[in-house]
Amino acid sequence: MKRILSIAMLMAGVALLCGCPKKHNVIEPPAAGSQVSGSNTGEGASTSGRALEGDANAQGNGMGGANATGPLAHRIIYFDFDKSEIKPEFAELITAHARNLTSHPNLKVKLEGNTDERGTREYNIGLGERRAQAVRRALMLQGVAESQLLTVSFGAERPAVEGDDEAAWAQNRRVELVYLP
Amino acid sequence: MNKRFSSLAALGLLLFCSRTWAELVVEITKGQADAIPIAIVPFTPPDAAPGAFDVAQLVSDDLARSGRFRTTDRKDMIEQPHTGAAISFDDWRRLNNDYIVVGQVQPLAPDRFNITFEIYNILNRQRLLSYQISANQPGLRLASHQVADMVFEKILGIRGAFATRIAYISVLGSLPHRSYRLIVADSDGENPHVVMQSNEPLMSPAWSPDGQNLAYVSFEDRLPSVYVQLLKTGERHRVSARAGVNQAPAWSPDGKKLALTLSTRDGNLDVYVLDLATQALTRITDDPGIDTEPQWSKDGQSLYFTSDRAGGPQIYRIGIQSGDKPRRLTFQGSYNARPRLSPDESQLAFVTQEDGGYRIATMDLRGHGEVQVLTKGHFDVSPSYAPNGAEIIYASRDRGRGVLALVSADGRVQERLVSSEGELQEPAWGPF
Repeated sequence: MKRILSIAMLMAGVALLCGCPKKHNVIEPPAAGSQVSGSNTGEGASTSGRALEGDANAQGNGMGGANATGPLAHRIIYFDFDKSEIKPEFAELITAHARNLTSHPNLKVKLEGNTDERGTREYNIGLGERRAQAVRRALMLQGVAESQLLTVSFGAERPAVEGDDEAAWAQNRRVELVYLP
Repeated sequence: MNKRFSSLAALGLLLFCSRTWAELVVEITKGQADAIPIAIVPFTPPDAAPGAFDVAQLVSDDLARSGRFRTTDRKDMIEQPHTGAAISFDDWRRLNNDYIVVGQVQPLAPDRFNITFEIYNILNRQRLLSYQISANQPGLRLASHQVADMVFEKILGIRGAFATRIAYISVLGSLPHRSYRLIVADSDGENPHVVMQSNEPLMSPAWSPDGQNLAYVSFEDRLPSVYVQLLKTGERHRVSARAGVNQAPAWSPDGKKLALTLSTRDGNLDVYVLDLATQALTRITDDPGIDTEPQWSKDGQSLYFTSDRAGGPQIYRIGIQSGDKPRRLTFQGSYNARPRLSPDESQLAFVTQEDGGYRIATMDLRGHGEVQVLTKGHFDVSPSYAPNGAEIIYASRDRGRGVLALVSADGRVQERLVSSEGELQEPAWGPF
């Protein structure tokens, strides 16, 4: 974990230096029954207590004072096979982000839909989009403006983890909330 | 033919001069029991320059790889004639060969060769073909595939497709640092050239009918766009980067339009047709389900596509004239997707779910819609017909790795193309 964080901080440093957009999330394996927190450049940095307000590349930008252990730290919603319904355990996550977005109307979030590797690649793009749209609708139902939300589907093309078993698939069927600069 | 080769080589040099490529290795996993015995005698006399290109070996490899021929080992050849007049037919007949190919490679100029060859039926001593091809050094490989094509056609009555190309996606590296490459190679996997490279996903390569362009999806902006790239120069155009989904390009038979999948603001995927010259966009399907993976009929008047409007994904056909109602084609099983039409339109290849695995199946379009599942894997997807319709190339998994595999359209011959590096995906077989 420490190593992941230091890598994240290093990446954050590199991102700050070269001003290039964040490329990938560093994901720590989830404990059973818990959700994976997408620890990324901004988050790694905010964990260390660095203020990132005002930095265009930081994920922590405008997070309404949330810290990495708060509900906003969780940015991945997982789905059952071939499903796009949001499971009850993610209601709290959705609500936290909806509050954050409604109280910071200048914030924008990209909802990245993903599927596991099974099935045809282009049909999976459709499934990933459907999942991203489910999260979009849930956020809009809680008052988030349409203009704050953007969806994209990567289908099965950008898995979070490698592997062709249910454990890997479960982590890949997901929507990631990515706060845009 | 040489022009095509040198321009491809130039593209490779221009863009990726320092790269060396691991070549694909072919393994035949299931041959045909009644393969035709044939001897391809070395074309070059034993006193020829060392390192000379071995035309006969490549012809022999092509024919063996098709699974329809059983080629005679060189060490079992009783003689190595170069002309028909020198063949001892009785001896070859005793060794149970049905056919023999003899020939020569003669240098005409420092970089010019003449390949002459003859095909004989050993049983009746009749010459089926005598032919001559000239080529420069880099063109010898293509010329050899053309010899194999002619042997294939003369004996089987089916046009050979060895002298064609395939495109595919190769994914290198492990998460989170992956790199995606769009590669074009000869049909046997040799001569690979990187057409496009990105740290974000590349998907769905599609050949233009004239073989000059590839359309594909790139996520290089972290959003999907459809590009068309001219292979000769590497010049590319972004043809669709609309809000939402831009996916699944398919060329119309006249090469003037692309069918593709776009989405509305609320994420409803439908199939559209984009006129490449005028940019005019026509919506073809209109349904709240996922409509995607379009494929044109040969007359350019209708599209086959995947839709989950009835629950799970199934294959439909719709006329591109407005007001046409889609007709469902697949009813067997809960998952049938990504249709590809055989060149003579007698068959549809697609991905079906069977025993929990995803497999390649075909449906007879002329009879009663009979479905045949051709493969036995768990992750067999992305079928694409050879331009002669004899084989289907698809993406499969072998010991956890993405590989390309081939199956004859009747399911009798199966083989794998194994690359020493990378995950291979989404093969697309180019035109003649």
